[in-house]
Amino acid sequence: MMDTLTQTDREPATAPFLAGELGPGPAWLQSLREQARTRLGEIGFPTTEQEEWRFTNMAPLRQWPLHAAEAGARQVGPADIEPFRLAGNGYCLVFVDGRFRPELSTLPGPGAALRAGNLRAQWDGDGRELQPHLARYADEKANFFTALNTASFEDGAFVSVPAKAVVEQPVQLLYLAASERPGAAVHARNLIVAHQGSSVKIIETYASLTSAPHLTNAVTELALGLEARVEHCKLQNENERAFHIAAVQAAQSRNSHWLSHSIATGARLARNQIQTWLVEEGAEAILNGLYLARGEQLIDHHTVVDHAQPRCESHEFYYGIMAGRSHGVFNGKIFVRQDAQKTNAKQTNRNLVLSEQALINTKPQLEIFADDVKCTHGATVGQLNDEALFYLRSRGIGAGLARRMLIRAFANDAVERITLAPVRAQLEQLLTEWFESLDTSLSSHDR
Amino acid sequence: MDATSDTIESFVKSEYKYGFVSEIETDAFSPGLSEEVVRRIWQTKGEPDFMLDWRLKAYRHWQTMEEPHWPNVIYPPINYQDYIYYAAPRPKKKLSSLDEVDPEVRATFEKLGISLDETKRLNNVAVDAVLDSASVATTFREELAKVGVIFCSFTEAVKHHPELVKKYLGTVVPHNDNFFAALNSAVFSDGSFCYVPKGVRCPMELSTYFRMNTAGAGQFERTLIIAEEGSYVSYLEGCTAPMRDTNQLHAAVVELIALENAEIKYSTVQNWYPGDEQGKGGIYNFVTKRGKCAGRNSKISWTQVETGSAITWKYPSVLLLGDNSVGEFYSVALTNHRQQADTGTKMIHVGRNTTSTIVSKGISAGRGQNSYRGLVKIRPSAAHARNYSQCDSLLLGDRCGAHTFPYLEVANSTATVEHEASTSKIGEDQIFYCNQRGISTQDAVNMIVNGYCKEVFNHLPMEFAVEAQKLLGVSLEGSVG
Repeated sequence: MMDTLTQTDREPATAPFLAGELGPGPAWLQSLREQARTRLGEIGFPTTEQEEWRFTNMAPLRQWPLHAAEAGARQVGPADIEPFRLAGNGYCLVFVDGRFRPELSTLPGPGAALRAGNLRAQWDGDGRELQPHLARYADEKANFFTALNTASFEDGAFVSVPAKAVVEQPVQLLYLAASERPGAAVHARNLIVAHQGSSVKIIETYASLTSAPHLTNAVTELALGLEARVEHCKLQNENERAFHIAAVQAAQSRNSHWLSHSIATGARLARNQIQTWLVEEGAEAILNGLYLARGEQLIDHHTVVDHAQPRCESHEFYYGIMAGRSHGVFNGKIFVRQDAQKTNAKQTNRNLVLSEQALINTKPQLEIFADDVKCTHGATVGQLNDEALFYLRSRGIGAGLARRMLIRAFANDAVERITLAPVRAQLEQLLTEWFESLDTSLSSHDR
Repeated sequence: MDATSDTIESFVKSEYKYGFVSEIETDAFSPGLSEEVVRRIWQTKGEPDFMLDWRLKAYRHWQTMEEPHWPNVIYPPINYQDYIYYAAPRPKKKLSSLDEVDPEVRATFEKLGISLDETKRLNNVAVDAVLDSASVATTFREELAKVGVIFCSFTEAVKHHPELVKKYLGTVVPHNDNFFAALNSAVFSDGSFCYVPKGVRCPMELSTYFRMNTAGAGQFERTLIIAEEGSYVSYLEGCTAPMRDTNQLHAAVVELIALENAEIKYSTVQNWYPGDEQGKGGIYNFVTKRGKCAGRNSKISWTQVETGSAITWKYPSVLLLGDNSVGEFYSVALTNHRQQADTGTKMIHVGRNTTSTIVSKGISAGRGQNSYRGLVKIRPSAAHARNYSQCDSLLLGDRCGAHTFPYLEVANSTATVEHEASTSKIGEDQIFYCNQRGISTQDAVNMIVNGYCKEVFNHLPMEFAVEAQKLLGVSLEGSVG
């Protein structure tokens, strides 16, 4: 704690926010928060000297006039929400500047197959369902921002799927930043519990209604029970002045199946920590990711797949497209612990560089302590294939369109893994817009 | 399953056959390191003044540095005052020819299979033999001198070619490069020096054989190889040490400089004493090796077979400055017992159309921990740079580990960088397939491991390839994954 205090002394404006002021809640939650705050001091604010933050410099954040986002800074109505809604006739939990807005949300009724609402309502009640899971999985020991979130979060989403329930319609968690005052910050916290044999699809969206710089520090914990199946899709498209820091941590029981997507296109600086912990035999995880960066954006993905037990499988696919002066960072870790025999782990990271000023740092990392395993990883960085371009052009397709087709094909691998049709449709639209914004630079490339 | 554990046991127990100690009269300093020791080394070696300045500069800088702990290895703290920083066989008299080398020294090298007798050697290899801190003999020097190649010990190079040493020393690995390189710069006692003049293709393989003998001595040697425009040289390096139960420190520096159209091929078979089953003893091998492709179309190729040392910490690197220059790294690293290796390479692409290839094969057995750590860096200036990396790990036994830490940093969109890695064990189905065709399990394992390493062995000069294959064969006797 002392360390954070002395550090923040120098930047009084930011100090209270990064010091980990304790959020609300009952005694059991307070003690978790206290613990997290102690950790904050032990870890210290990340610097590029630390291996985990080597390429992602968080120092600018400390110069910001950070403050907790205020409620009702701006009127937000159903019309503002509409463009972001993807759940169709499913459920949607809306949070504006970190505040739960039940009047804008579509919530399951008493007879519904699952329960979804905000965390605060849970801990204001008996909190029985939260206690065994909340802050039990996310990695606070090493991650400053996760610890900061645990100490400070004020609210967030809670989704609980009872045993054997199969929920067809997706549940969307929609986080919107609306405050016009620069430096508004939100610690978003989500807990998803899928009990034995259940199945659910979650869409987690982060977007901005404002063009002011803001900070999102989100933590999502997922607990997958025996044979549970969860598809989790994180869409991040915040404004290009925002800082977005997120940690997604899954804990998987026997034979559970987790399909994770991380689609990152927004923010000035985005850091996603996507981690799964395969705690019991036979669990399977698929980690899928697509990041598009242009301008001065930095998009960073750190993934960890921790094989703790035998016979688990993991497949990881991350695709990056870098334009402008953007910077892509990928760090994928696979751990195979000593007991995790018969592990099958695969990891692929492919990066497409569209401009001369873009920068990529990728580090696919394997740490293996068991011998009877099959593990592979691969990483590539390259540009569009000239032969493929020539092939298309020789068939009368213009250079610009040919390029776009090839880039789309590259991204498509990631898009196709998403089973949620509305998400795919929105992504298609987003990709089209993204390419249009690049068209000028692309065509100048041709000349 | 029983047969498996048996054979792994016998593998773990396979003996280190170079562990003998020779009775050679030695001049050695008492343990400890201070500015005084640095001065005494300089004095003992009779070096010119610029060397003292350089050594002291390095020593003073070293004092300000901290020992790095980022490698994925674990060892008790090193007390740098416990080591002897200079130990050399006592010269009986001034040598005028190779025949006058101390018979005991000669016998030591004979025993290691390195003949210092030129006439006895069938193969065309010139040897610089280094025992502890000093070079004891260099063969074929006259023959090499005929084509203008200078191949001698570092001490002699400093005496006879100070202008070359002054010009190139520390240009690739500066005195303040890292903790161990700084230490080496301050106290290095000998090593090999090689200069290949413009347009000369070195007529024979050059090699240095390093042998540690004195107990408690650290070995700090320095190798400097300069290949002038259009020249070619192939250089080999071999190392062994006696079995002792204390850890000895080996902190070497190798600098390679390839000018326009020049090529340097550097091969290492490292077989320092790895320590015993319990991990007692063995060499700490903390080495800085770096080559600079300074000119256009130059090429530097590192090939290493690492089977020894308790701890290996080594990243032979290539700085690709010249346009179209080529860097290569081929490595086999084997860890068994409680050996730990954190090894890999760095390829820094600066020039246009530069190419690098990395092939790393790790084999872990027993309780060995094997890490590959590599960096491929494409600077913005390196248009159309190309890299291909492949790093595979083979695990034998369930108590060992394999780790990969590849860093790819690309800042030029025309670059193409590919990295592939896999980890596997020798499959029962593969063994079964061989057995079924009348090949014993032993031979099958050897075949599979040799096949696995072939890509690297193919890049070793003939003599070394045979030695390396034997080395692995012996180590893997009876091991079934």
